[in-house]
Amino acid sequence: MVKFEVHDLNIWFSSIHALKQVNLEIRSNEILSVIGPANSGKTTFLRTLNRLNDLNAAFKMTGAVELERKDIRGIDIEELRRKIGMVFALPLPLPLSIFENVVYGVRMQGERNRKKLEEKTEQALRQAYLWEEVKGRMDESAFKLSGGQQQRLCIARTLAVDPEVILFDEPCSGLDPISTAKVEDAMVKLKEKYTIVLVTNNVKQAARVGDRTAFFLSGELIEIDATDKIFTAPQDKRTDGYIRGRFG
Amino acid sequence: MKNSYKNQNIAFFLLFLSTLLIVVPVGLIVLVIIQKGLPAINWQFLSDMPRQGMRAGGIFPAIIGTVYLVVGAIMFALPIGLLSAIYLSEYSKDDLLTRLIKLAIVNLAGVPSVVYGLFGLALFVVFFKFGVSILSGSLTLGIMILPVIITTSREALESVPQSFREVSLSLGASKWQTIRHIVLPNAIPGILTGTILGLGRAAGETAPILFTVAAFYLPRLPKSVFDQAMALPYHLYVISTQVPNVDEKIRYGTAFVLLTLVLFMNLVAIIIRYKFRKKKKW
Amino acid sequence: MRKIKEFVIVKLIQVCGLASIFFVALIFLFLLKEGLSVFKTVSPFDFSFGKNWYPISEPAQLGILPLISGSLLVTLGAAVISIPIGVGCAVYIAEIAPLKIKEILKAGIELLAAIPSVVLGFIGMITLVPLVKNIFHLPTGLTALSGSIMLAFMAMPTIVSIAEDALYSVPKTYKEGALALGATHWQAIWRVMLPAASSGILAAVMLGIGRVIGETMAVMMITGNAAVMPNSILVPVRTLTATIAAEMGEAVVGSEHYFALFAIGIILFIISFAINVTADLFLQKRQQ
Repeated sequence: MVKFEVHDLNIWFSSIHALKQVNLEIRSNEILSVIGPANSGKTTFLRTLNRLNDLNAAFKMTGAVELERKDIRGIDIEELRRKIGMVFALPLPLPLSIFENVVYGVRMQGERNRKKLEEKTEQALRQAYLWEEVKGRMDESAFKLSGGQQQRLCIARTLAVDPEVILFDEPCSGLDPISTAKVEDAMVKLKEKYTIVLVTNNVKQAARVGDRTAFFLSGELIEIDATDKIFTAPQDKRTDGYIRGRFG
Repeated sequence: MKNSYKNQNIAFFLLFLSTLLIVVPVGLIVLVIIQKGLPAINWQFLSDMPRQGMRAGGIFPAIIGTVYLVVGAIMFALPIGLLSAIYLSEYSKDDLLTRLIKLAIVNLAGVPSVVYGLFGLALFVVFFKFGVSILSGSLTLGIMILPVIITTSREALESVPQSFREVSLSLGASKWQTIRHIVLPNAIPGILTGTILGLGRAAGETAPILFTVAAFYLPRLPKSVFDQAMALPYHLYVISTQVPNVDEKIRYGTAFVLLTLVLFMNLVAIIIRYKFRKKKKW
Repeated sequence: MRKIKEFVIVKLIQVCGLASIFFVALIFLFLLKEGLSVFKTVSPFDFSFGKNWYPISEPAQLGILPLISGSLLVTLGAAVISIPIGVGCAVYIAEIAPLKIKEILKAGIELLAAIPSVVLGFIGMITLVPLVKNIFHLPTGLTALSGSIMLAFMAMPTIVSIAEDALYSVPKTYKEGALALGATHWQAIWRVMLPAASSGILAAVMLGIGRVIGETMAVMMITGNAAVMPNSILVPVRTLTATIAAEMGEAVVGSEHYFALFAIGIILFIISFAINVTADLFLQKRQQ
C-alpha cells in the first residue's frame, strides 16, 4: 500500500531552488532511507512531509504531497503532524521532566487522566527500549539523561502520539556506536507498525536498515530503488560514486 | 615609534580620566545620599503622616501612593506589553508593518516624560474625565513603561531556541499551545527582568504624574482609584523646591527612600538576569 | 472549542502587536488636538519667534523664543561636556579596561541611568548650584551652566552604552589587521575602530542629546526658571520642558495658556521623533 505520493515537488527558499521536480512514493510499513551529501535537499524533503518548512517565511512550494491520496495542505496541520512524527538530528528533549516529555503531545490533545498518561508513557518508553533505564526517574529533568537515552526519549515522545509515519532526520549523527545500534534496533522493530523515512549521512546505516533507498543530489532525486539494488547495481553513475565514497 | 607610544599613553590616560569623571560622581552621589539620608530613616519616618506642612512627620502616604501607582502601571502595561512582545517574536513577518512597530517602540521610549504628562492630562484626566487620580497617573505611567516591557520580553522570547518550537509543533501542538507551554515558561526570567525594570522606572518618574495624579499635600491615604495621591518623587520635588525651611534631614531621607526603592528593583532585575543566564539548560 | 479560544487569543495578540503604533499616534493626536488651538489667537510665527513669554498677563504674550533659547543653551552645554567624556568612557570600557573592571564600570553606568531625575536634581541643587555660584561669584548658582553639567550626567549612560555596543560590534579582524601592520593599540582605535563604529557612535550621541532635550525635573530644579532671553551661560534660563512642568499645574483647562503649553509639547514630540528616527536609521545602517 502507498502511504505518500509526491508529485512534481519543487521547493524554493527565497531564490534558492532547494528541491527540483521530485517524484516518488513511500510505501506503508517500509523503511525508506534517504541519502545524499550535505545540501542535497534530503532534510528539506523530510520537513516537507510534516510541513515544518512552513515555519520558514521564505519557503515556497509547487507540486503536491499526498498522504493516503489526500493533499497534505488540505489536512488540519495539527492532525497531520500527529500522524507524522519526527525525530530530529540532535537529541532535543523539551526542558521538562522525562514524564512530561513523553506525554507532551498527548496532553496537548487534551488528555488529562493521569492513569492514561502513565500507561501511555510506559508503553512508549518500552517501545523505545528506554523503560528499564528510566522507570524510577520519571520526574527528573530530561536533560539528565545521556545523549543516547535522550534520543530514545525523543522517539518515545513521538510514539506516544500514535503516529502512522515517523520521520528520522539523521537521528544518530550525535551518538556513539552503541547508542546508534540501539536506535537502529528500535527502528527495525517499529517498522511493523509504522512507516519510516530515515534521512541519514551514514551510507552504511542506510544499507543496514532501509528497505528501499533514495539518493538525492543538489536538490534532485537521482535514484530510488530497493536498498540491495542501490548498493549493488545502481543505475546512475553518481549514485555509485556517492556510495563508494568518491564525494559527499 | 617612541613617539606613538607616548601618544598612546596620553590618550589612554585621557580615556581613563573621562571614565573617572563619570563613575566617581555617581559613587559620590550614592554615598552622600546614603550618608546623610540613612540617619533620617526610622520606623516613624516611614510609617507616619507628614505634619506641619511637611516640615515634620513621615512620608507614609507618599510611599503608599508610589506603590499604588506602580502596581497600577504594571497591571496595565504587562498584559499589553507581553502580548505585543509575543506578536513581534512569534507572529510578525519581516515586513513594513513590523518595521513600523519597532520604530513606534523606539519613539515611545524616546518621548520626553513631561510630554507623557501632557498626554495623560489630555486623554485620561480631561477627555475620559477620570480626573486627577491614581487611575489617570497609573495609565500614563503604564504607557510610558510599555517600551521597556516589550523590548525585554521580546528579547527573552526570542532567546528560546527555535528547535523547541519545532519539536512542540512536530508533536501536533498548535502554535498557541507551543507558545503557552514551551516558549513562555522558558522566557519568564527575562520577562520578569523587564517587568521589574519597568517598575523601577515608573517609581522614579515625576513629570508624568505632575498633572495626572500627584497631590501636593494629602495627609491621608487615597480611598479609591479616582482619588489623588502623594508620590515619592513628587514629594521630594515639593519639599526641595516648593516648601521653604524643610529640614535637610527630611529631604535626604526622602531621597534615600526613593533611591533605595529604585536601585533595589534594578538590583533584583540584574540578579534574576544573572542567575538564569548561569542556570540555562540549553 | 479549543480552536475558537485560540483564534480569539491570536486576534488579541495581533491587536496588542499594534499597541505601540496606536499609542504613538494617540499621543501625537491629543497633543495636536489641544495644542493647535493656540494658533487661533497667536500666529505660528509670533509663537515661535516672540521674545516675550508672559502667559498670565492681560493680554497674554506667548512667544517661546526665550524657552527655545534656554533649551538650546542648556542642551549645547550638556553636549559639549557629555560627548567627549561619554565617548571616551565608551572607548575605555570597550577597548582598554580589564574584564573585571569592565563589569564594574558597566554596573556603575547602569546605576547612573537608574537614578531618578528628581534625585539628581535634588543633589544638583545642594552640591552643584552653590559650587557654580562660588566659583563664578554669581548672585545665584541656578544657571544654564548648572543645568548643562547635570544634564550631561543624564546623557552619559545613553551615550556610553550605545557607543560601547557600537565599538564592540566592530569585527575583531579590523583591529587585528591594524595591529598586525604595526599600529599601536591607540592608533588602531583612532584610525580603525572609531571610524568603523562611527554611525553607531553618532546614534549614541543623538540619543543622548534627545534625552537631554526631553529631561524635565532636574533641569527645572537647577536652572533658575527665568523665561527671558539668555545672554550668557551663567544666567538663569527656562527650558521648554520645565515650562510645561512648572506652569501646567496652574493653567486653566481650555485656556490660551493651556493650549500654548500643549503646543510646546508638540514641538518636543516632533524633536524627539526626529532624533529617534534618525538615530534608528544610523543603528540600522550599522547592522548591515
